[in-house]
Amino acid sequence: MLFTSYEFLGFLLVVFIMYYLLPGRAQWSFLLLASYTFYFMADPRYLIFIAITTVSTYLAAKNISEKKQSFDIWFKEHKKEMEKEERKAVKAKEHAAEKKIFLCCLLFNLGILAVTKYTNFTIANINSIIGAFGNQGTLSFVDLVIPMGISFYTFQSMGYLIDVYNGKFEAQKNPFKFALFVSFFPQLVQGPISRYADLSQTLFEEHRFDWKTVSFGLERIMWGFFKKLVIADRILVAVQAIIASPDTYNGFYAFAGAMFYALELYADFTGGIDITIGVAETMGIKVTENFRRPYFSKNIKEYWNRWHITMGTWFTDYIFYPISASQFMMKLSKKSRARLGNNLGKRVPVYLSSFIVWFTTGIWHGASWNFIVWGLGNFVVIMISQELEPFYRWFHSKVNVDGTFGWKLFQVIRTVLIMSSLRMFDCYRDVPLTFKMFGSIFTKSSLSQLNADAFIGMGLEAHDYAVVFIGMLVLVVVSLVQRSGSVRGKIAAQAAPVRFIAWYGLFMATLIFGAYGIGYSASQFIYNQF
Amino acid sequence: MKKLLAIILTLFIAVAGLAFTTRLLEPKYMSGVLEGAMIKEYYDDPTDHNVVFIGDCELYENVSPVYLWENFGINSYIRGSAQQLIWQSYYLAEETIKTEHPDIIVFNVLSMKYNEPQKEAYNRMTIDGMRWSSSKIGSIKASMTEEEHFIDYVFPLLRYHRRWSDLNSDDLTYFTHSDKVTFNGYYMRVDVKPAENIPEGKPLADYQFGDNAYAYLDKLTKLCKDNDVQLILVKAPTLYPYWYDQWEEQIVDYAAANDLPYINFLDLQDEMGIDWTKDTYDGGLHLNLAGAEKMSQYFGQVLSEEFNVPDRRGEAELDSYWKQVSERYNAEIERQNTNLKLYGTVHGPEENE
Amino acid sequence: MNELIEILSDLHPEVDFTTEKGLVTGGILDSFDIVSLISEINEEFDVTIGAAELTPENFDSAETIYALIKAKLDDED
Repeated sequence: MLFTSYEFLGFLLVVFIMYYLLPGRAQWSFLLLASYTFYFMADPRYLIFIAITTVSTYLAAKNISEKKQSFDIWFKEHKKEMEKEERKAVKAKEHAAEKKIFLCCLLFNLGILAVTKYTNFTIANINSIIGAFGNQGTLSFVDLVIPMGISFYTFQSMGYLIDVYNGKFEAQKNPFKFALFVSFFPQLVQGPISRYADLSQTLFEEHRFDWKTVSFGLERIMWGFFKKLVIADRILVAVQAIIASPDTYNGFYAFAGAMFYALELYADFTGGIDITIGVAETMGIKVTENFRRPYFSKNIKEYWNRWHITMGTWFTDYIFYPISASQFMMKLSKKSRARLGNNLGKRVPVYLSSFIVWFTTGIWHGASWNFIVWGLGNFVVIMISQELEPFYRWFHSKVNVDGTFGWKLFQVIRTVLIMSSLRMFDCYRDVPLTFKMFGSIFTKSSLSQLNADAFIGMGLEAHDYAVVFIGMLVLVVVSLVQRSGSVRGKIAAQAAPVRFIAWYGLFMATLIFGAYGIGYSASQFIYNQF
Repeated sequence: MKKLLAIILTLFIAVAGLAFTTRLLEPKYMSGVLEGAMIKEYYDDPTDHNVVFIGDCELYENVSPVYLWENFGINSYIRGSAQQLIWQSYYLAEETIKTEHPDIIVFNVLSMKYNEPQKEAYNRMTIDGMRWSSSKIGSIKASMTEEEHFIDYVFPLLRYHRRWSDLNSDDLTYFTHSDKVTFNGYYMRVDVKPAENIPEGKPLADYQFGDNAYAYLDKLTKLCKDNDVQLILVKAPTLYPYWYDQWEEQIVDYAAANDLPYINFLDLQDEMGIDWTKDTYDGGLHLNLAGAEKMSQYFGQVLSEEFNVPDRRGEAELDSYWKQVSERYNAEIERQNTNLKLYGTVHGPEENE
Repeated sequence: MNELIEILSDLHPEVDFTTEKGLVTGGILDSFDIVSLISEINEEFDVTIGAAELTPENFDSAETIYALIKAKLDDED
């Protein structure tokens, strides 16, 4: 069920009405039912996967949590009877026992993710290695189900497991509440990856109908549909045309394609998240924000703090920190400092951890070399900007431009250009082709190549480009206004006719200018596949 | 109280805005593709027809009710539309019987060859013009292709919103009213394009009409029997799409089994005097005015003599109604002939996009 | 405490760490800084800070970081 389908809107309407008709204490149970229905309607087989992850994580976390509690009680009572060494030993023993359960559950669930998503990728690579040695015998691909949103719910569950293991909070005792946390339908398909500590605050509460919350939620949903239908799905046609014929659309057009894709991905992904957050909001549930005007970032690091935020913090908290704070890294740090000197040596562990994180981020996005190279491309860019820091410091001490509008604009454009170039890996068939197309921007672009008819040939008419352009202007203006606080809050403060015009205008604009219905293939949200 | 008023006003403006936008963006079918406007026209005219023809272009381009009136006094109407499928014909018949109860319904059997929903665009042209009723709902449900949704028919804006970039003066001119595009359902063409080299029908893998098509033919038969309406099956004389012998057999059998009259006009070409070098405007697919009047002459005789359709000339109301249809009819003949002379086509320059 | 301020100042010479209370929440220290910091602390104080302890609450000011180190040192006794 796509977000932009009548079925989803109908489903939503039914869920919404039922939700507020039911007594408050039944609301979360109803949401669980709705979420499983949602998943069931996509494909009944998916239910097995999400149920396995839910049950295993629930049991492991509960077990660890109970062990921790009983150990703490026991330890307090017997603390005084023990010597220091003895205390350390029992603690270590307890820790090891918890670790065993923890690791079993973690590896089991990551294993499911790996097998469903990466088996065929692995087979393809093995085959090409076999082929390289001239052998004909190849392994055949396996026809596996990839459950919808498996990357998202697996990460969300594992984050919970790690937090419980680290003693951040006690495990959820009610298995059904935990099941709802894993399967909450608005965020099941494309995130955000919520933290238990955040989402649990409002997910299980009773919510009474509150017009302000509901209307804000509806506005957010409408805004999401505007982005998705008016901008993303329209420009999508041109993006696909450009990607499909790299021989025709090279040079300047490859550049245009990268720019169009930047717009499409932004409108598509943030639009989808707007719908998710808006749907949750209409039911009084607060889902973490996933974007903070990322295209206004001044550098790549900042960009990654503002784009797909919940994924970034997940990788930082659960992969980057554990690796870089591990015993191994501490030892490596000492060794490299001794060998390479303090300055260079201390970077080794940071960069090594970062490399692993970006490799993982890449492969999480998709089982292909394109995404791996894309991830590592991000790593390289971040390393370079890190290494250039002293240079920038020197530059700013000589030239006084820091903080000026022009310099900020330069930084923002630079960031967008770099990110758009990296994203070309996301578009083209394979890695060599991507490099070729990127190269063509510099070797084949010329003014004589420019031709308005070529843009029409991509399947969009002049009026389509006009709609996209105006839509983009609306995005920019809204983003600028948003810097000083909630846009919906500002509109809510206006007189009734102004509010009406704003929201009715958005509604009608989406209805009329949206690229939906017959003649438009119902395109999936780009992030569905991840 | 004030708040309630504000809410009502807001809702009113919102709904009015939607209605306005919908009407503006709906296709008007007033130039170019006229076929989309045909179904809707039916509701404007007085009913009380003795004969109603229901079916696809093999009826609405081949039979002229004006001719039937002028020569036989037969008060008739063609509820035709492009690629009308049999379930659509059935629901139109159902609606017709509810509104006026004719003596005779004539159904053209070519559409038996379609067992499944075909093209969304044709569905819209047949269904959009219908007034809301259980018949329309039934027709929508039976006709929808996989890509269609019922809600698109309830709110046509969901279907036609993309027309914002194609809006033209017609959309304003015909915002509140429509012109007539037919003459009691007849779509007129006066030009000639002779039929040459009519291809033989390609062999088919299966000549059996589909179960779904038969089911609706059964329903149509039963509907007419239950309501005491005489159902006449016909096959128009046009050469293409090809009418296979195997199809003919099935219809003959069906008519015999259900005690229905069946007239295959393909076999009556000589009796009617159809001349394929003069009587078609598109090489044998459809008859032109000359052809349609020949067929009407023959069919009118059959209807009055064998089915005793009364001659109603002399009824004052009908006389005055048909007088104005005849005037439009003759004016259209005149217009098309003039265009033909001046531009070599029946369309005026403003219609040639 | 002074050693800690020194380590911090090495990372960001432009920040006054004796008064700043929003090192993480204010975006002064990013993940790279935090990782460098814990390895420096590991060098200097010989305490190991685990990934689970890398929270904004623990790293938002020099004081809280110092408190974390102290707790670790005490715990070892």
